[in-house]
Amino acid sequence: MLVLARKLNESIMIGDNIEIVVIDIKGDQVKLGIKAPKKVTVHRKEIYEEIKQENIAAISTPFKPDTLRDLSEFFKRSKTEDK
Amino acid sequence: MTKAYGEVCVEEEQVIEFPEGILGFDYVKKFVFLEEENSPFLWMQAYDEPELAFVLIRPVDFMGEYNLMISHTDMNNVKALNVSELQVFAIVTIPQGDPKKMTANLQGPIIVNIKMRLGTQAISQSEKYTTKHSIIKEISNNDVKEG
Repeated sequence: MLVLARKLNESIMIGDNIEIVVIDIKGDQVKLGIKAPKKVTVHRKEIYEEIKQENIAAISTPFKPDTLRDLSEFFKRSKTEDK
Repeated sequence: MTKAYGEVCVEEEQVIEFPEGILGFDYVKKFVFLEEENSPFLWMQAYDEPELAFVLIRPVDFMGEYNLMISHTDMNNVKALNVSELQVFAIVTIPQGDPKKMTANLQGPIIVNIKMRLGTQAISQSEKYTTKHSIIKEISNNDVKEG
């Protein structure tokens, strides 16, 4: 891994058109600004992990064929109670 | 073979390709969407794996509105130029024995371009959505119209 030291308002370039700027440093938190072309996707790393964990949780429930029917009834009741 | 209904006959046209798979299951590239009659829920069944199926719901069926904010990469993955071309779903997690606590994953919505038969799990760029939105709570928070 390449390690670079940067100060406030300094930046690094990744390739020709991705720039990462240090916008703010407060205690243990660093605020970064990212300038990149629209087609480049930027997300916090935890988000990938959270979605993956949720996908796994979603299929862990053992299903009976009529589970969904019960849920639909339950869903409708909740909506009606709401009125 | 499906998890919920046993053997189901599926036309080739009903198969949706997920070139990127979905997070944690990226080896699964084909899903079939099975609607439940009279129900807001549907199944996203893995085409080649009978045991692998997700329960989905359309976010607009339990929330007042859902703002789909996703990256160009996600749009490209389903060859869509406009969000109006997309069907949007959320994966539902149902805790065993306590369906009241079911949650919808609005952070990682499933988007499908029916015309191209392409789907992907997008990542919401809006900070307000998480992987666990209580469906029942959202219903009581929002004045959701019936039908």
